[in-house]
Amino acid sequence: MVDMRMVQTPAPGTQPDFHYPPYLSSVVRSPRMPLVLLPQALAECAGPVFGHNIVGALDHDLAAHHGGDPIGERIIVQGRVLDEDGRPVPHALVEVWQANAAGRYRHKVDQCNMPLDPNFSGAGRTITDAHGYYLFRSIKPGPYPWKNHHNAWRPAHIHFSLFGAGILSRLVTQMYFPGDPLQPLDPIFNSIADEKARNRLISQLDMNRSEPEHALAYSFDIVLRGSQDTPFEEPRK
Amino acid sequence: MKLTPSGSQTVGPYFRIGLQHLCDSDAQRAADVDTVTVHGTVIDANGVPVSDAMLEIWHADRDGRYDAGLPDASGRPACFTRAATDDEGSFRFTIVRPGAVPGESGIRQAPHIAVLVFARGLLRHLITRMYFPDEAANSSDPVLQSIPEKRRRTLIAERDSHRPGTLEWNVVLQGDDETVFFAW
Ligand SMILES: [Fe+2]
Repeated sequence: MVDMRMVQTPAPGTQPDFHYPPYLSSVVRSPRMPLVLLPQALAECAGPVFGHNIVGALDHDLAAHHGGDPIGERIIVQGRVLDEDGRPVPHALVEVWQANAAGRYRHKVDQCNMPLDPNFSGAGRTITDAHGYYLFRSIKPGPYPWKNHHNAWRPAHIHFSLFGAGILSRLVTQMYFPGDPLQPLDPIFNSIADEKARNRLISQLDMNRSEPEHALAYSFDIVLRGSQDTPFEEPRK
Repeated sequence: MKLTPSGSQTVGPYFRIGLQHLCDSDAQRAADVDTVTVHGTVIDANGVPVSDAMLEIWHADRDGRYDAGLPDASGRPACFTRAATDDEGSFRFTIVRPGAVPGESGIRQAPHIAVLVFARGLLRHLITRMYFPDEAANSSDPVLQSIPEKRRRTLIAERDSHRPGTLEWNVVLQGDDETVFFAW
């Protein structure tokens, strides 16, 4: 069903190293032994197939899960999921989670003193359409403090998790916002050494998709490893 | 022209908010009789349990096929589950016991599961495998046999003598007993 072709080794600097000392917790949690290369022909290179019922009708709208409007700048986050050949990845599961506008996560481990928002839980999911397109509605997350170093603050970001056509395409990443002065100070953002690759994690303001008097739109395209043929693909001429 | 794949970033400590919905360790228990429960701990370089890690488990069905299973009525994929660690760094999941899987050049692989490891502190996820104890096919499994004997045992679960039918398998992120991790 899925024909995975060669997945390229990422170009140097375009993916973070496991061991990146400025991000303190990577020091004791990253392997030191060399990784063992697996043949790509193995059957497990296929990946889990999700049904459309895995997402509910409102799961893409993080602002709609409660009785009232969450506090914050209303945003639309949308884009395309592509493979390494630039072809859209249809029917990809995209899961997101984020802090509220004050920079607080609804999670027992987040004990910072920013307020919770009763109208915001910060989780969403969707599946890309036949053209690899996805869209979320939410509010802009706030930056938040963390304990990596003195006066450390994460730039505003939304966590993304994606399943493409095969297990090799699995990606967890973070989307950032344009013009955020905290980005150059952030060890997690800077763990991607290549400047171009790093900046591709920054979304772009998209006035064409913004909704007048309602919400600003940000565009964020994601490229997954590998290339694939799926039965859903439109016939090539 | 090839596009550069998007850079990976850590799941951070709050991944449960977005990923919890598939963290259901007993999801496949009722559906099938021939299941196996695996439990263990994720451990860092200092032997400290990692309380914010998540495993994704992907395996063949009982016939050794990866492509046979269809999602269930709720859209959950066959032969896939997630298990997050608790405050003690422990995880637990129950799966249908996989069959032997065809490998390269027709050499059958021993039954195993593919495991992706995510955690705060991991800027990219790790990929490993768990094999079953007392499995004759382990001695001819091409992947397992390609690994030096000293490290091979990090990939093979042990029987839990206190809980029959249950396996124990730990993930050591760094150190002398570091689990073997793979790259594609
Ligand atoms: Fe975060």
